[in-house]
Amino acid sequence: MDFTLILFIILAVTAVATAAGLLLSRSAVYAALFLVLNFACVAVFYLILGAPFVAMAQVTVYAGAIMVLFLFVIMLLGVEKLPKGDVLPWQRPLAIVAAAILLAEAGFLLFERARTSSLLALPGAEANTMDSLREMATVLFNQYLLPFEVTSILLLVAMVGAIVLTKREKGEPA
Amino acid sequence: MTLGNVLEWLIKGLVWVLILLGGFAYLTYYERRALARIQVRIGPNRAGPFGLLQPIADAIKLVFKEEFIPARADKLLFILAPIITLTPALVITAVVPFGNEPFLLFGRTITWQIADINVGVLYIMSIASIAVYGIVLAGWSSNNKYAMLGGLRSTAQMISYELALGLSFVTVILLAGSTRMIDIVEAQRQGWFLLLQPVGMAIFLIATLAEVNRAPFDMPEAEQELAAGYHSEYGGMKFALLFMAEYDKMIAICTIAAALFFGGYLGPDLSGLPVVGGFLKYVQGPIYMFLKVFILLFGMIWVRATLPRIRYDRLMAFGWKILLPLSLALIFVTACGILLAQDVDPLFRWSIPLASLVAGFLAILGMYQTLRRKEHARA
Repeated sequence: MDFTLILFIILAVTAVATAAGLLLSRSAVYAALFLVLNFACVAVFYLILGAPFVAMAQVTVYAGAIMVLFLFVIMLLGVEKLPKGDVLPWQRPLAIVAAAILLAEAGFLLFERARTSSLLALPGAEANTMDSLREMATVLFNQYLLPFEVTSILLLVAMVGAIVLTKREKGEPA
Repeated sequence: MTLGNVLEWLIKGLVWVLILLGGFAYLTYYERRALARIQVRIGPNRAGPFGLLQPIADAIKLVFKEEFIPARADKLLFILAPIITLTPALVITAVVPFGNEPFLLFGRTITWQIADINVGVLYIMSIASIAVYGIVLAGWSSNNKYAMLGGLRSTAQMISYELALGLSFVTVILLAGSTRMIDIVEAQRQGWFLLLQPVGMAIFLIATLAEVNRAPFDMPEAEQELAAGYHSEYGGMKFALLFMAEYDKMIAICTIAAALFFGGYLGPDLSGLPVVGGFLKYVQGPIYMFLKVFILLFGMIWVRATLPRIRYDRLMAFGWKILLPLSLALIFVTACGILLAQDVDPLFRWSIPLASLVAGFLAILGMYQTLRRKEHARA
């Protein structure tokens, strides 16, 4: 058993455990912190797969910026503790059915893949592109320029929308 | 990956952490002495010669203080928060090179760097972005409204200034053409980035002051408004850890600033000197690094002694309305300058500092227009 495999198993267990903790925690702050740990595990997965840039972006953007804002909102609103019992009683059976369908689908695809081609083989060529920041930028700004620009405009629209929705007009009472 | 590799990383990491812990103790001494000199006092001079044993006396006092956890505080997070605050401060400098002359030890070639990774600058950025958790959790878990307000303030402040900080990293990456720290330092052989991008350096230093919550941006612990802010409820060793985190962050950002803008381990080559030259060849890099960090640290202490705390709304306005647009403009200026230098004439390289100084001047004008005290503004 080589080092990467041991690391992978430890990380996988941690990732699943933190995801379960996120779902089962009754405290919103702890749930958010479990999610941060989960993001950190995913970042290390990216490192193992040879994509250091994506790993660092994952930590900076998700763990460092988005989750801090989540925590900020949770603490400002004072909704740290969930009330006991279900708020939406019909939600649980529906969620179980949906999860079963998703699991069956994923399992089917996995075994289908395993029968026809090499199971879980790493995509060799693409992994090399992800390794170097320079090559990744070249691909991103040449081959995928249009999707990149569309995404950035989408983000800009969302940002302007958020400002317009919350801005108070002049003379309007607070 | 062999056992030797793992051992090498472990030992290097341990040595650097020990240096940071000792550095913390003597940085407090340095700061108290320097502040005292600026305020025409003497400073601590009783414990040992020149008061040199003062940090040790302080440490002993803190160790023997009562550990205290407030009632109805979140115990787990209250204990974890100082650790979460200190860890980023200790690991963030792992990618900074301290010298370029590897030496032989026990048959292994040892470099002056803990981890040489190709996304070094991004690593610094990501560790800096998770550094906010400790403070916000310390504030929340204390179950105290002043601590909570301090924690929330620090979140807002650190997120706002992180943007300008990240963009000032981009100017350095553009100038060096790499995100590897050692490439960035080597690219400064023709001239420190301080000369090429002086305004970028200023933005970096201002934004990092805000990131580590030092004066004049020490909002999270503004005494007049918030008692002691996020660490109001902390005492003993837990307080010492938070204190240590603040000073280790100061050392860390001065190290990073030295590597990014002040030529890192570069300096006049002393290996030609008689007798000691052969030895200096190996250690001159770390010595230059230490001198630069020492001078930059004095700058931070000087700023603390000089400037009053900035008001909270102005702090936010300064970060979002002045620093962020200015750093975006600097990226544009730098990219244009590099393209002109490549395609037209290498002399256009010097258009970068000129144009960035103009941009900086315009930003100061804008600051005067938007942030100055307006008469009868409180309607």
